[in-house]
Amino acid sequence: MRVVVQEQPFDIGAETTTFAAGHKEMGAIVTFTGIVRDLPDDPLQAMEIEHYPGMTEAALTEIAQTAIDRWALGDALVIHRYGRLVPGEMIMMVATASKHRKDAFEAAEYLMDYLKSRAPFWKREITDAGESWVSSKAEDEDALTRW
Amino acid sequence: MDVLYFAWVRERIGIPREKVETSAATVADLVAELRLREERYELAFSDLTALRVAVDQKLTDFDAPLGGVREVAFFPPMTGG
Repeated sequence: MRVVVQEQPFDIGAETTTFAAGHKEMGAIVTFTGIVRDLPDDPLQAMEIEHYPGMTEAALTEIAQTAIDRWALGDALVIHRYGRLVPGEMIMMVATASKHRKDAFEAAEYLMDYLKSRAPFWKREITDAGESWVSSKAEDEDALTRW
Repeated sequence: MDVLYFAWVRERIGIPREKVETSAATVADLVAELRLREERYELAFSDLTALRVAVDQKLTDFDAPLGGVREVAFFPPMTGG
């Protein structure tokens, strides 16, 4: 398992290639990448992501370990950025490796659901109209109940 | 103990962290003490349903005990991913 919390961009191609290598017994690799999305009505200048150093790494490691145990994954990768990002930039990625695709897809969804509301990150949107903290959504909390 | 604030909680209180001398038995007791300090604390802690708490970097509840605890953090619901 690898958990990375960093300010700088990451190379999804290189990360995926490295992750996939060395898992000959795993037939499925699933990756998900989150991108800073522009806002149609109020153009986004930047998104600032704050986090809780120390707890962030611990929380991500615990979430990833739970996924590995539950779906018998061969490996899991979580990369999450913080700091100031502009629309189109990659915020985060997860990758899962399993023998068959169903487990890899499910585990990736599990990682994403838990990353949304159980990893200590807070997003702030800066637009022409002003700045505001992104509110958590009830649907993100509800998403955890299916696991 | 160290008390940390993140996101709009940090903005309302005006500092990211501080040392607090307290004999509060639980997180809720600590919150009650902080609220009595100044208006900015009262504002930050006025609606506990809008807040989450971590004790020694683990998510927990407001009734969590504080014995032997080194670090308490208050923040809004997380928005990762």
